Amino acid sequence: MSFVAPEVQWAALAPIILVLGAGVVGVLVDAFAPRAARRPVHIGLTVVSLAGALVAVALLWRDVRADGGVEVLGGSVLVDGPTLVLQGVIALVGLVGLLVVADRTDSHEDAFAPSAAAVPGSDYEELARRKGLTTTEVFPLALFALGGMMIFPAAGNLLTLFIALEVLSLPLYLLTGTARRRRLLSQEASMKYFLLGAFASAFLLFGAALVYGFAGSVRYADIARAVSVPSDLDPLLVAGSVLILVGLLFKVGAVPFHSWTPDVYQGAPTPITGFMAAVTKIAAFGAILRLVYVVLPALEWDLMPALWGVAVVTMLVGTVVAIVQTDVKRMLAYSSIAHAGFVLVGVVAMTSSGISSVLFYLLAYGLATVGAFAIVSLVREVDARGGAVVAEATHVSQWSGLGQRHPVLAGAFALFLLSFAGIPLTGGFTGKFAVFSAAVEGDLAWLAVVGVVASAAAVFFYVRLIVLMFFTDPAGTPGSSTTVVRTDGLTHVAIGLGVVGTILLGVLPSPVLGFLSDAAVYLP
Amino acid sequence: MTDSTFPWLTAMVVLPVVGALAVWALPAGVRRHARHVGLAVSLLVLALGVGALLQFDTGAAATHQLADLVPWIPAFGVSWALAVDGVGLSLVLLSVVLVPLVLLAAWREHPDDAAGRPGPGTATAEAATVTSATTAPVVDGTRIRTYVALVLLLEAFMVAIFAARDVFLFYVLFEAMLIPVYFMIGMFGGLQRRYAAVKFLLFSLAGGLVMLVGVIALYLQGPGGEQGFLVDTLVGAEMSTWTERLIFLSFFLAFAIKAPMWPVHTWLPDAAEQAPAGTSALLVGVLDKVGTFGMLTLCLPLFPEASRWAAPVIIVLAVVSVLYGALLAIGQADLMRLIAYTSVSHFGFIVLGIFAFSSVSIQGASFYMVNHGLSTGALFLLAGFLVARRGSQRIADFGGLQKVVPVLAGTFLVAGLSALSLPGLSTFVSEFLVLVGTFTRHPAAAIVATTGVVLAALYVLLTYQRVFTGPTRPELVATRDLSTREKWVVGPLLAAMLVLGFYPAPALDLFREPAGQSLEDVGVQDSQPTVSTVSPAETGDHDGSDQ
Repeated sequence: MSFVAPEVQWAALAPIILVLGAGVVGVLVDAFAPRAARRPVHIGLTVVSLAGALVAVALLWRDVRADGGVEVLGGSVLVDGPTLVLQGVIALVGLVGLLVVADRTDSHEDAFAPSAAAVPGSDYEELARRKGLTTTEVFPLALFALGGMMIFPAAGNLLTLFIALEVLSLPLYLLTGTARRRRLLSQEASMKYFLLGAFASAFLLFGAALVYGFAGSVRYADIARAVSVPSDLDPLLVAGSVLILVGLLFKVGAVPFHSWTPDVYQGAPTPITGFMAAVTKIAAFGAILRLVYVVLPALEWDLMPALWGVAVVTMLVGTVVAIVQTDVKRMLAYSSIAHAGFVLVGVVAMTSSGISSVLFYLLAYGLATVGAFAIVSLVREVDARGGAVVAEATHVSQWSGLGQRHPVLAGAFALFLLSFAGIPLTGGFTGKFAVFSAAVEGDLAWLAVVGVVASAAAVFFYVRLIVLMFFTDPAGTPGSSTTVVRTDGLTHVAIGLGVVGTILLGVLPSPVLGFLSDAAVYLP
Repeated sequence: MTDSTFPWLTAMVVLPVVGALAVWALPAGVRRHARHVGLAVSLLVLALGVGALLQFDTGAAATHQLADLVPWIPAFGVSWALAVDGVGLSLVLLSVVLVPLVLLAAWREHPDDAAGRPGPGTATAEAATVTSATTAPVVDGTRIRTYVALVLLLEAFMVAIFAARDVFLFYVLFEAMLIPVYFMIGMFGGLQRRYAAVKFLLFSLAGGLVMLVGVIALYLQGPGGEQGFLVDTLVGAEMSTWTERLIFLSFFLAFAIKAPMWPVHTWLPDAAEQAPAGTSALLVGVLDKVGTFGMLTLCLPLFPEASRWAAPVIIVLAVVSVLYGALLAIGQADLMRLIAYTSVSHFGFIVLGIFAFSSVSIQGASFYMVNHGLSTGALFLLAGFLVARRGSQRIADFGGLQKVVPVLAGTFLVAGLSALSLPGLSTFVSEFLVLVGTFTRHPAAAIVATTGVVLAALYVLLTYQRVFTGPTRPELVATRDLSTREKWVVGPLLAAMLVLGFYPAPALDLFREPAGQSLEDVGVQDSQPTVSTVSPAETGDHDGSDQ
């Protein structure tokens, strides 16, 4: 036997390498570039790397379409249709989300603390603020997270899956703690997210160990082969795969692993909330899809009832609890939980249309989510005495009458809400229709019915916000008022892209749907 | 389906959408012209509608004509399929006729200044309802611009839904058209507008989502494929008995809420009370027809067995609607609520006619849909004029107006008499056909429903008496009569009622063959041919000209 040098198809990894490489360069920029140059350089780097990743995905798609995909790095990374679609969606939605992250108000104030390490309320924090420090490391952190997310759905063995999970999670824990306003809330959210996330990671790792014990390999292909042969070790396999799913369901915020979601969404800087609400969910569902459809299909009758239960509970809890929320960010957080439930309906359909419907849903949901949180980041309180713009106005009552003063912005928000609610001619409706019909096709009509009931209930709280914005006179509460800040305009670009995407996916979804059903074929 | 080179129906959908966007995008300087642009667009659409009517081959009214068929979402099996038979065409025409009138009627509603408000002393707190409930300062005509854009958008949805020949497309429009109405009620309505708008939306959406499950299930029963949602593809799909029944129920529930039938009608009085008069005219006059239209053109051909199975219960519900709506109308203190309840009663007649399964009754029900649009549209618009003058919707706040505003009183009386189906007015023909047709199959139902006619006389005449006769209330002495613009609003509607009342034959030609087709679809034959030896058209014609 002679030694054969590993042959790595670097080209197939181009999207991942571009994004992670840009993250590394970003760290160097923070270390060496003069302070004034950092922000523009970071923005340029981010945009170029993500646009490059999109181009790379498009180029790779031609090959993958021809040969079905390649295994890279000895099967650690699988580049096939779903991988490329998810990487493309992650790059696209991530790019839109990072536009909001990069934006700042006309008083050159971004969403992040001058020095996130400072103790809230301390002299040091005040000093950092006066010296005009900025937290530009959010850009490389976000890029690292995106890189991890792009590996996540491509992972071809359990260890790569775990590493990708950590690469995407750790930067998010940090980013959560960097909010400029309400520092304590932000730090608390960061801490919660980290502790619970670490716990979930441990679940996943332990599950991976059990499955390794069962199959004698961490490679998906080997596990799938072992699963299809009955053996005495089946309990080990079931326990292991349940634990892995727990780790992944935690990331998508499915009930009963959702308790971090509202706190983290509320505490994190709003642009980061939008970013992670959209992109993390896309990546994590990508990983779940591969696991359920490729690795564990033979376990269908052991795992599926559990997943059905999770889907039902997630839809119902997300919807019902969202109804009583009074904070816009928390409401959107619970709504995102409900959406995780809707996506799960498509996941458990176990048909090929299940895959493409989930991919479509994630795209539509991601664009609307980024847009919605972008708008939340613009609506601010005005200090009654000084007239200065202070924190974001996240209490729902502060949004009353917004439609009369800022009809276009409120109109865009209403559009996103209608899309979340699944009103026809928006992307959200097309997505819901796709997942529900996939479920019906997979003989899960009852699950689709539960989904429809949950959608009907969800309409209530989305509509309530529209009522506040358009049909209620501006908040008459003395002492505080609400305004929309002016910014450099990047946020508006992101909102515009969200609006266009939401309408296009609703009115002319055909090209995207056709493409997705072509692409929804996994490597065996 | 006959081919036509020009896509009449698609053009009638696209034009209002473009118009709505144009009105919305008007630059700041010319926003006060939003009304003019809107009216011009709606008149153009009307012209297209007339063109479509001329293209339509009345001799083959049961065939769906003027077809446009383009794949829309092939992955779901959805097509952009528009085509109309006689019934669809008549409702499309009703829509495009009402929209310009509603825009014209709104000329002074939602004003961008205070000019259109009622004089001081009349505008009490409880009264500031129809004429612009604006409490926020109105800037540069934003509101009127929004209103006109919403009406145009709604027009596009209305035309499309009455022409939709694809179940999915129908569903999409069914839900999407709620949104403009929701904003029209919520932004421009009365004091309780938020409640009314949300109630309207939640009721309709709940029904719609139930229907969505049925839509998906129906597709899976059909042959599928890239045109799997076309009505023509789905007709005759093999289904097990209970599958068919359940899907039928999911559709029927949505349509019953929309129509609205007792006991799911409760959103309508609130919506009509709070909405501006023009919105109510469109909502009740046209939009609610989607419910009965859906029963007729989707439920019957797609679920013939289930339709026959459910017919007895539906007929009972329809008769209850007739009586319940009429009785509650008599007891209303609010003019708009009153008209809303009369509509519940009238929709009972329409549903009765559809599910009585005789060609005469179905023909009558189809004609009824158009006539009810005319008479209720006119009533709502006239009531809107009244309320704008008085600043109140309470019937008790009026009295003796006849002497002060004879034209308004006269037109209101004609519209009211049409609502009570006085012979000589078009509603009489349709109501008569419905009752005669129903009698051939369900004599008891027809007899009980006929008492609804008597009750109609009560609520119309009592209302007229309370509002227009008696001593003139001192504060009403200076009330203006109808202006030229307002006469133009109601004139066409009254003319249509009279013409169709005396000479209904051309309209009935549109409905006769589709009615026969529906009956054939549902697999029922006229039970007593002896009754229909008198051609229905002649019946109506004859009775009409007697007056």
